[in-house]
Amino acid sequence: MESFTTPLLTGTSTGAILLIAALGLALTFGQMGVINMAHGEFLMAGAYTTYLTQQVVSSADVSVLLAIPVAFLVAGLLGLALEAGIIRWMYHRPLDTLLVTVGVGMVLQQLAKDLFGAQGDPVREPGWLQGNLTVLGYHWPYTRMFTIVLAVVALGGLAALLKRTRFGRQIRATVQNRDLAETMGISTRRVDRITFFVGSGLAGVGGVAVALASGTNPTLGTSYIIPAFLVVVAGGLGQLRGTVLAAWLVGVVTAFLTDWFSGSTAQVITFALVVVFLQVRPQGLFTVRTRGLA
Amino acid sequence: MLELRGVSVGYGRTAVVHDVDLEVPTGGAVAVMGHNGAGKTTLLRAAVGLLPVRSGTILLDGVDVTRMRPHQRVRRGLGYVPQGQLCFPQLTTLENLRLVADGRPDGARLVDEVLDTFPALRGLLPRKAGLLSGGQRQQLAIARTLLTQPRLLVLDEPTEGIQPNVVAEIEEVIAALTARDDLSVLLVEQHVGFALRATGRYYVLESGRVTSSGSGGPGAVADVRAAMAV
Repeated sequence: MESFTTPLLTGTSTGAILLIAALGLALTFGQMGVINMAHGEFLMAGAYTTYLTQQVVSSADVSVLLAIPVAFLVAGLLGLALEAGIIRWMYHRPLDTLLVTVGVGMVLQQLAKDLFGAQGDPVREPGWLQGNLTVLGYHWPYTRMFTIVLAVVALGGLAALLKRTRFGRQIRATVQNRDLAETMGISTRRVDRITFFVGSGLAGVGGVAVALASGTNPTLGTSYIIPAFLVVVAGGLGQLRGTVLAAWLVGVVTAFLTDWFSGSTAQVITFALVVVFLQVRPQGLFTVRTRGLA
Repeated sequence: MLELRGVSVGYGRTAVVHDVDLEVPTGGAVAVMGHNGAGKTTLLRAAVGLLPVRSGTILLDGVDVTRMRPHQRVRRGLGYVPQGQLCFPQLTTLENLRLVADGRPDGARLVDEVLDTFPALRGLLPRKAGLLSGGQRQQLAIARTLLTQPRLLVLDEPTEGIQPNVVAEIEEVIAALTARDDLSVLLVEQHVGFALRATGRYYVLESGRVTSSGSGGPGAVADVRAAMAV
């Protein structure tokens, strides 16, 4: 039984980090159609923000909680600068955007190496996350459960923003028909900026979870960016529920395969499966239904 | 209310509208007619700010809005119902309306008012707009634009592609809107008879140029048909 529950929990928490990274992409890529390859570096910025917060507030119990909104803000502002400085001029040039943001990602990685060194820094676990929750004889580490809770809160927050708020309706309207949104009195430029801020900020929150799980590293974003893109595409563009299911499946399948193969082989097999799935169902797990004209 | 002075518009290297002068008086209703491809929609898109003008000036209430973005023109009282029953398909009917009404102090009352104008929409509020019929979507499009509380309403072929029994309903609403003193209307319409009944002045556009203009009313039908036959 343990051979089943352990990878299930490990995979669910890995999927949770992937989900937080993918939620941001679900906005900037899934909703706005921008291929931002520097999104992984926003995750890295969130991880370093967690580290720096611990340098300022020495109590790990407090600093991790404080790091969540600060990481959101730092990564969000980086995203805002990227959107205002570069991406806004390239909305109809996806290939250029891809290449330029790869370059921006490399600059951010080098900046992190210059500031913090090429080696990673550890992040202290808060006392309240040490230990395990024991259910039916199985031990569930609090850190992994915290990651899952963080993903659920991020998901709930984003879903509420999109579904329940006026600004969320403006985002969805702008995505569906930009010209029509403008003629309804919506400043679509303002919507673009704030959407990018929120999407990038979510990557920062993911960085807090990554920092707790594996510390900081200037290149940590590169290991999350491609899986996060695959998760958004496999879930179905613009479909949050698809992103959630795809992130969880990728996390859990990888965790089970890791029992039989090495970690990297397991990842390769998982993503090969995603690619095969997309060949069969290019629209992803969930699709949008409409009757006719947009 | 709206004045176009020497407006020229195009796509890429292709000029579509050439040196058009057009005026919609405050409280008045004006029709623009012409064959497909005459440049009517291009002219309207330039008037609302969706296309940049190559030359000329657009004045709204005497203010030069030529370089203003569409949402800024909306805030100055310009409402636009585009061609093709456009809506936000993944938003429900109610969300389409609340998109505009929310944030206004009397938003709920305004929604109620437009639902009185288009009672068929009341039963469709929870339905995604992409699942409505063409006629229902057009009613939603007009209702949503009315929520911006326009002083000038620009309508691009509001009855095009609509089933006949709904066309009569929409024409009735448009006729009522054009009769209002507090609302100016610029109407692009293929149905010459209806357009001239509903408006006080007309312009005929051919190959992007105004080839004829005059007072509206049923008596102008023969003149317009003759101008369009040339």
